[in-house]
Amino acid sequence: MLIDLFRETIRSLSGNKARSSLTILGIVIGIASVITMVAIGQGAKSTIESNIEAIGSNLIIVMPGSQRVGGISQGAGSSQTLTLEDADAIKSQVQNVKAAAPEASRRYQVTAKGNNTNTQIVGTLRDYLAVRNITMNIGSFFSDQQTKSSAKVAILGPTARDDLFGVNVNPVGQSIKIKNVDFQVIGVTEAKGGSGFSNPDNNIYVPLATVQHFLAGNSYLSNVSITAADQASMTSVQQQISDLLLARHKISDPTQADFSIMNQNDIIATATSITSTFTILLSSIAGISLLVGGIGIMNMMLTNVTERTREIGLRKAVGIRKVYINLQFLAEAVVLTFLGGAIGVLLGWAASLAVNKFVSLNTRISLSAVLLAFGVSAVVGIVFGFYPARRAANLNPIEALRYE
Amino acid sequence: MIECKNLKKVYKNGDVETVALRGVTFKIEKGEFVAIIGPSGSGKSTLMHILGVLDTPTSGKYFLEGKEVSRRSEDELSDLRREKIGFVFQSFNLLPRTTVLQNVMLPLVYSGMPIKERERKARETLKYVSLEENKFLNLSNQLSGGQMQRVAVARALVNNPSIILADEPTGNLDTKTSHIVMKTFQELNSQGHTIVLITHEMEVAQFTRRIISVRDGLIEKDTKSNAH
Repeated sequence: MLIDLFRETIRSLSGNKARSSLTILGIVIGIASVITMVAIGQGAKSTIESNIEAIGSNLIIVMPGSQRVGGISQGAGSSQTLTLEDADAIKSQVQNVKAAAPEASRRYQVTAKGNNTNTQIVGTLRDYLAVRNITMNIGSFFSDQQTKSSAKVAILGPTARDDLFGVNVNPVGQSIKIKNVDFQVIGVTEAKGGSGFSNPDNNIYVPLATVQHFLAGNSYLSNVSITAADQASMTSVQQQISDLLLARHKISDPTQADFSIMNQNDIIATATSITSTFTILLSSIAGISLLVGGIGIMNMMLTNVTERTREIGLRKAVGIRKVYINLQFLAEAVVLTFLGGAIGVLLGWAASLAVNKFVSLNTRISLSAVLLAFGVSAVVGIVFGFYPARRAANLNPIEALRYE
Repeated sequence: MIECKNLKKVYKNGDVETVALRGVTFKIEKGEFVAIIGPSGSGKSTLMHILGVLDTPTSGKYFLEGKEVSRRSEDELSDLRREKIGFVFQSFNLLPRTTVLQNVMLPLVYSGMPIKERERKARETLKYVSLEENKFLNLSNQLSGGQMQRVAVARALVNNPSIILADEPTGNLDTKTSHIVMKTFQELNSQGHTIVLITHEMEVAQFTRRIISVRDGLIEKDTKSNAH
């Protein structure tokens, strides 16, 4: 029976190839755009997530809070409340802390051999390497000894190196001037890619003590980056840090805290929700074209039923039951959408790859999007094939046979 | 084989009632070759639709092989048509862009019969109506009028029906081809098939052995002859 149904369906669809293929085209475009849009959305999402993860893993960042002058907030990070002692206390007193890297960062004018740039100078400790997942390309990071002795050494990010010395030049041993103070370049970091907030490839790293003595002239920190032992302990580490700093700064009311703590998970969640909204927007636009394709199917099936009225009459006259006529027309619609769906998936896949290659937008084709598209196309076939099929099945055989 | 008792058929179109049959009673035995003749509007087409269980009478009884079939569900009527009745239509009603063989196999679709068996039966029937074997895989619209009608007859026969109902089978054919087709029906009848023919041409009706004249929804005359 099912084989009969399939055979009859293929026979009548191949009877009018031009129209069948035009109808399929509507579904092909619909499905292909859904797949491509979802792929672009998912790709953007994973790009942003991996960029955030490139900052470090299980990262918690403590920043000075806003300074209040007579009850007027000066904005987050404006107060000078975080010190190296706070960072040491976090490292030694909070449980499940793997590493903590204090940081005193500010933008300065940097010159080398007549080139100059304005970039972020990060004064920190060797722990920073582990906390921020930084690997060295050329040379080495400064040692604890160099920090202690306030050595005037600098490690360049690859972009900063390109700006000051030229692309792919080895600058180790050369000297640069930061705020008119001479520094010796001892290494270049591996490229990490931009992360939206601040590009680590553009940074220049110097020992924390050097920044405090020669550049900033004070001992305050711009933030402390902490790596928790694992994902599960992040909440408790964040809470312990908060309690510790409140105690150290002698603040009893947590709402009056002079620091703020950011958790990497929160940043990811925010970014994810933005990209998800974006994906939904793109796919609903694509979904509309799928709907239009479905209406195209219904239109064709209705024309089909009218055109084949005599055939339907004949089928009824030779004793083919109503249910088989209904099923046959439904099967025709489903086969059309299914074929359209299959071609659409291939086309969408190719389009995603093309976008990836030529527009350099990261795309990711997910199995769920493919399955969803296939499911939707089958449902479109059933929904939009249902009415024409019912109409065919309910035709009066006598009138159908007389139809001219 | 066929028995009609006081068949009436009234069509309602809004408030207008059209009476097509006013009470028709007759019997057709197995092996008969009957022509139902009448001018257009006489009710002969309505009668044929009821005989072919494409339609049900408004009142009266219709017995097919001894079974009352005038009040059956749509699916039961479908099954009756498939098992008991072979139709031959005026305009052939072959599926276009479809081979001769597939056309003849159409009534066997969804029958659960294996495809090989269906094809064997269809070939056998086509040979029986003497269509040349090299035409079997031709598309139906490539045939001549007489060949098309023979394919239509083969399609009617492929199920071994109890009766063959032919609705103006020569309506679209020239005189010469009409004669050939009528000869075919006579041959089928001599093989024992029961045939009921609807026509408005007396000339065609002369080929049969019994003529039922219908006029204004009633039987006017019922004459048997042993002409051949």
